[in-house]
Amino acid sequence: MAVIEENPGYKWVGTRPIRPDGLEKITGKAQFGADSILPGMLYGSVVRSPHAHARILSIDMSVAKSMPGVKAVITSADFPDLALNGGSAGDIDMSNNVMARAKVLYEGHVVAAVAANTREQAKAAADAVIVNYEVLPHVLTVDEAMADNAPLLHDGMYTKGIDPKPEKPSNVASRVVHERGDLDKGFAEADLVIEREYTTKPVHQGYIEPHAAVADANSDGRAHIWCSSQGHFQMRAHTATVLGVSPGTIKVTAAEIGGGFGGKTVVYLEPLAVRLSQRAGRPVKLVMDRDEVFRASGPTSGTRIKVKMGVTNEGQLTAADVWMGYEAGAFSGSPVGAAGMTVIACYDIPNFFVEGFDVVVNKPRVAAYRAPGAPMAAFAVETVMDELARGINIDPIDLRLQNAVVEGTQASYGPKFPRIGFVETLEAIKNHPQYTAELGPNQGRGVAAGFWFNAGMNSSATVHINENGTATVVVGSPDIGGSRQSMALMAAEELGISYENIKPVVADTETVGFNDVTGGSRVTLATGAAVVDACRVITADLRARAAKTWDVEIDDVEWVDGQAQHVDGSQPPLSLADLAGKSGRTGGPISATASLNARGVGAAFSTQLCDVEVDPETGITRVIRYVSAQDAGRAISPAYVEGQMQGGVAQGIGWALNEEYIHNSSGVMENASFLDYRIPVASDLPMIDTVIVEVPNPAHPYGVRGVGEVGIVPPMAAVANAISDAAGVRMKDLPMSPVKLLEALNEKGK
Amino acid sequence: MVLGGYASSFVLARDEKGDTVEISVTVNGDTKTDEVEPRTLLVYYLREELGLTGTNVGCDTSSCGACTVHVNGESVKSCTMLAVQADGQEVLTIEGLAPSATELHPMQESFRENHGLQCGYCTPGMVMAACSLLKENPSPTEIEVREGLEGNLCRCTGYHNIVKSVLACSGQDLL
Repeated sequence: MAVIEENPGYKWVGTRPIRPDGLEKITGKAQFGADSILPGMLYGSVVRSPHAHARILSIDMSVAKSMPGVKAVITSADFPDLALNGGSAGDIDMSNNVMARAKVLYEGHVVAAVAANTREQAKAAADAVIVNYEVLPHVLTVDEAMADNAPLLHDGMYTKGIDPKPEKPSNVASRVVHERGDLDKGFAEADLVIEREYTTKPVHQGYIEPHAAVADANSDGRAHIWCSSQGHFQMRAHTATVLGVSPGTIKVTAAEIGGGFGGKTVVYLEPLAVRLSQRAGRPVKLVMDRDEVFRASGPTSGTRIKVKMGVTNEGQLTAADVWMGYEAGAFSGSPVGAAGMTVIACYDIPNFFVEGFDVVVNKPRVAAYRAPGAPMAAFAVETVMDELARGINIDPIDLRLQNAVVEGTQASYGPKFPRIGFVETLEAIKNHPQYTAELGPNQGRGVAAGFWFNAGMNSSATVHINENGTATVVVGSPDIGGSRQSMALMAAEELGISYENIKPVVADTETVGFNDVTGGSRVTLATGAAVVDACRVITADLRARAAKTWDVEIDDVEWVDGQAQHVDGSQPPLSLADLAGKSGRTGGPISATASLNARGVGAAFSTQLCDVEVDPETGITRVIRYVSAQDAGRAISPAYVEGQMQGGVAQGIGWALNEEYIHNSSGVMENASFLDYRIPVASDLPMIDTVIVEVPNPAHPYGVRGVGEVGIVPPMAAVANAISDAAGVRMKDLPMSPVKLLEALNEKGK
Repeated sequence: MVLGGYASSFVLARDEKGDTVEISVTVNGDTKTDEVEPRTLLVYYLREELGLTGTNVGCDTSSCGACTVHVNGESVKSCTMLAVQADGQEVLTIEGLAPSATELHPMQESFRENHGLQCGYCTPGMVMAACSLLKENPSPTEIEVREGLEGNLCRCTGYHNIVKSVLACSGQDLL
């Protein structure tokens, strides 16, 4: 079901052809990160801290070095100390996260790595590395880390964003504030004020493919890495920084990526693999176990969020006061900045004060996870919105419609919104038959909305016309959500040739121009724009070649349906195949490259509807029906857009009901496996209905906004609001597990 | 994947292994005889000794099912089974599922046509598990498909199109 605002009559854009990477992936041929096998390849293993916070007193590698098959052993001494080389604070943190220097800051933090002939030999040698630690007191939560006299992770951390600069260091890396109007006045105007406090736990992106890298270093300092990541140019840059070499000495080939969701934008294994390979003189493969993925790679933040909002009896929001503490893990950089910008971005509220804190704790450094920072903030605000609507007896969608941001509204984070489709997503849910369908006993219904900026950034693409008029589209954006198909569809539309005659390729760092990471829902927008630009250079070139052939002016030649046509029809048309076959006589091979910094990013909104059934005996919540409406701008590849929407919802339901990092009092993670960290299985979920709303982004040639992230923003609040409707209890702490729900039901029964 | 060259390093690696056991396994129709360490898991034998990297490892705790293969026609998570336990058995991996070089297995075709995958990492295991499911229950309901695939995790799709693919392969349309 799609709400098409304009139908421009595209031939390829908006169709659902067979995916270009399908065959390799269903036959086992696709090469993921761990699939490269090189001649003479060694296996690596990583030594990790068992302590949440400790000083490294000594590392004894003598036993490990002498064990059978061991070819190399490395520690932080094998990497340049960026703090001594004028490295930026961000680079020093990145380096210290790849390999701990002086202190370990979380359980699972790397202290050494080994390479040996076999995996078992490498693991045995890693176990034989003796590390002496002085265990230090640790902090695990925002509350512990912000307490007076809390143990400090970083002695030199003085909170940024406070004037004057604090006199003492703390675990608060920074403070962000967004404000407008007069908060007291706003609350005074309200007829109903709701004030609530929420907590969420760190949750993992949960990609099924663990991190993996294979590196082959040459004796001249150059190295080749095969790895699965969301940005091989970023892997190149970050690996080079950690190793202290020029990015040009490193070539990265992007493997197929087995899920990322933001978590594979971070460098973990690549610098270790290169250094081990250099020391051993052999290629080295490093693959994380699932246990390591949980303990040492990116969850997103645990949070504490306080929200106070006011509304008039007529449904006008008057004020919002928001306080947010976001765990960053061991190094600064939680997504609290984005949280502060998104938390009330759906609504036009005249008076607000939003304050956020980026707080370091002794847990793995957080990494991006689908709309980083926004889902937890939306959980808080969207459940307060539900309470406000019920409090003044107005339909929850009507309350949102009445206060929704529209084109021209000054966004809470600054700029005026260009054309956006929030209202359209709200209306799509309101008009969906599910919104008024009857509910059974113990069932309830909730709605929630979400906002995400989407990103632009840098992209390059090259398009080659083959000698028979088929085309190769070469990009440098790893395909995590179907971008190869959307690139091919846009190229087919531009060139006027069949989608089947276009081969989209993700090339290595030496074969295509620079690309920023595949993240921020940006690839179809930005890399897509580069593909369109390159295709337009080619069609202009093709018109020029036809004009030359016919001895007419280029303005007399049009490119229509894959062929050059004379405007007055006086010449027999020349197809792309005709022109390609004779390209040697008209100027040589036909090819074009475009590189750009994408402007005109289009914001995304989603409104979602969730029906649950709560079992009052067990506290188990089952999501029984779900509808997600999302503004895609333009769905280039609707099948993939729906897939992104469904995937985001599924992750959000897991976040709502099951998923959490559980640390014991020693700071050790107690559920670092898929047995104990339970992501949704097939029987946990219903079919997820999708409504693609298309309010085109005026700044993109096809109206694209970006679709990967916003879908995960509303689900936690949608589930919580549905539980409230079903069971009459307001759940404020994620996950809303059976135990917590039973407690709440018992409390209510008292 | 690159194989060959540097033969001496492979010999070295073998020599430095611990005690090995000879096994003979029929994989995708071909009988292979190899020396393996008793602790070698079937999945690593398939991936590293035979180069059949279509079978993926996602969790090491038999939770995710990315490594699902068929042993004597039954679904098995190949990270829970030792290579020596496969001695004398018939193993089928995703690389051997298609009936010929020019055809796909109907389940592969169904996943491809119904967009039953996104990143594709869980797909080989999911397809193998789905084949077993239909073998046991040729006409499952949506709920039976969901329950039958509980042992195979997918993080991308929300299972929507996976369920659709399996139902389509059984000749049923999703309502």
